[in-house]
Amino acid sequence: MNTQNGPLLSVRDLKTYFMMDEGVVKAVDGVSFDVHAGQIFGIVGESGCGKSVTVKSILRIVEAPGKIVHGQILLRRSRQDGTSGEEELDLAGLDARGQEIRSIRGAQIALIPQEPMASFSPVHTIGNQIIEAIMLHQSIGRKAARNLACDMLKDVGVPMPERRLDEYSWQLSGGLRQRAIIAMALSCNPRLLIADEPTTAVDVTTQAQVLRLLRQLQRERNSAIIFITHDLGVIAQMASFVMVMYLGLVMEQGPVDDIFHAPKHPYTQALLRSIPSVSSQPRVSLPTISGSIPHPFNKPSGCPFHPRCIKRIPGKCDVRTPALQAVGEQQLVSCFLYHDAEVSA
Amino acid sequence: MTSPSTTPLLDVRNLRKYFPIQKGFLKKTIGNVRAVDDVSFFVEEGETLGLVGESGCGKTTASRCVVRAIAPSSGQMLFRTGEGQVVDLAKLDRAALRPLRPQMQMIFQDPYSSLNPRMNLFEIVGEPLLVNGLVNRKQRTDQVAELLQLVGMRPEYMQRFPHAFSGGQRQRIGIARALSVHPRLVVADEPVSALDVSVQAQILNLLLDLQQRLNLTYIFVAHNLGVVKHICDRVAVMYVGKLAEMAKTGELFHQPRHPYTAALMAAVPVADPRVRSGDVELKGEVPSPANPPSGCYFHPRCAYAAEVCRTQPPDFREISPGHFVACHRAEEIELPGISLG
Repeated sequence: MNTQNGPLLSVRDLKTYFMMDEGVVKAVDGVSFDVHAGQIFGIVGESGCGKSVTVKSILRIVEAPGKIVHGQILLRRSRQDGTSGEEELDLAGLDARGQEIRSIRGAQIALIPQEPMASFSPVHTIGNQIIEAIMLHQSIGRKAARNLACDMLKDVGVPMPERRLDEYSWQLSGGLRQRAIIAMALSCNPRLLIADEPTTAVDVTTQAQVLRLLRQLQRERNSAIIFITHDLGVIAQMASFVMVMYLGLVMEQGPVDDIFHAPKHPYTQALLRSIPSVSSQPRVSLPTISGSIPHPFNKPSGCPFHPRCIKRIPGKCDVRTPALQAVGEQQLVSCFLYHDAEVSA
Repeated sequence: MTSPSTTPLLDVRNLRKYFPIQKGFLKKTIGNVRAVDDVSFFVEEGETLGLVGESGCGKTTASRCVVRAIAPSSGQMLFRTGEGQVVDLAKLDRAALRPLRPQMQMIFQDPYSSLNPRMNLFEIVGEPLLVNGLVNRKQRTDQVAELLQLVGMRPEYMQRFPHAFSGGQRQRIGIARALSVHPRLVVADEPVSALDVSVQAQILNLLLDLQQRLNLTYIFVAHNLGVVKHICDRVAVMYVGKLAEMAKTGELFHQPRHPYTAALMAAVPVADPRVRSGDVELKGEVPSPANPPSGCYFHPRCAYAAEVCRTQPPDFREISPGHFVACHRAEEIELPGISLG
């Protein structure tokens, strides 16, 4: 891990709000984290927790009426003026439609989207779409780009890549389509790869193949991956560092082993208890989290988890919002059970 | 009633469902998609049978045949009715099925598309009652209120519409609707896979609780093995339209006898970073049921495949009491299972 140079990506107090007619949805409400080179950074959370909006903010592809209203997204990259060394660029300050972010999107930060069917155009061949991405970011000819695309498909384990280049996405099976998407994302050698629930749409045996492939590619290329999922099993197998989100806020952050074996936040603890695992005792009542995830319009005051929390402190958790504070060497938690720091309004 | 404990509630024998592939102007049938191909299983009263497999393996088609949402191509489905008679659901026509329908109900996967957005809860949960002859509105209101309470919802919500509820609450409404006509067999097709983890456990607990209180029999279709292990008494594993293995849940997980079952279990990511899973990788992809391989359908992906597997389709046979498997080499090979943690 390349820590002495600082993180590859540093998100500081990011707030992305959606200005709707009915009110403001605070989809991401003060999220901070660092991603280092060579790290698989897992973001886990249930629907509506803001995990997808967080990565969309990084790529600056948040749809209107969504807007980054606060915070910094610092990306480390080599100096653009020709001198040696590295500089930090604040992605949050860029024009979302400008030349600068477009040269970063797809080249330095690439996305593996959730739905492999919806992410390829059905009227262009797989090859043309990968070649387009390559030629947009690298100054090479069409022939060279095609060869590169072919190599990429071979790297991700697509059989007969030459032939597949001239096929359409609907001719491929789910697993092959997901591999083709990965090939496209990797084609420009990104330093940061964002995988947004890359395996939720595929079967468990295909999922195992895709996860294995991502792990292997990550080792070979030493790129960083931000891995989003709601599946705690997948996160345990993939990530080295985990961030748990709930209703737009970070509940807990830490190395994967601490999160799974010494979870601090009541939400993380409850989440881990409530999943039926293949190795747990069958047909007994599972410990549950009472209630359901509140609608983003009526977000609870104070700590967003307090109405469902069994350890809530009345008069405190429902009034004040806890800040994310270190409780161990690398573990951070936002809960008044461990510290008294609160988010300043 | 004739000896209720000896005959199973549902005995499915050699069930087949083929969908024809038609081509050209005259719609000539050029082949068949063998969605369900010679499947036999049984469900005892009060138990939960899990039906697992990857997408396209025919688990949903099989479960839809059972409730006669679709008509099977051939085979028998012997159902023991509440009056103690045994009828073959596969042979009955619409009129004859109608009085039996309340005894078999279904819970659907997607709580967002399975509830009519223009009907309020009273209409949704009360409709099966109305259809089955309960015309008195007052009585219906009372019953709907009771059903809503049964699934953990407040009766005051009766006038609200589905959009006002979260995914977990909607699934509760779907369960209340299925239970309104006092079914004996409930087919649940992936009832928790569209739900968030924290809500999933609530619905699983509700299903277990209702089963004990109402003596329900479930056929639980799922792809999440963790969920299946948790809720099922017995599990049947399907692969490309055929059953690969069927056994008691514990036995199937600890001592799988079919290489596909073992591979499926090994592919499940374990929620513990200290346990590395997914190392035994299953190569290749699921073949199409329109054009399956010769012999055993699993042989191109199987690490234990022998010559006989390429040529001869294996029989679905009982190798120890209650443990059925379709593998030529089930006795010779040692397969890893999952130990109880």
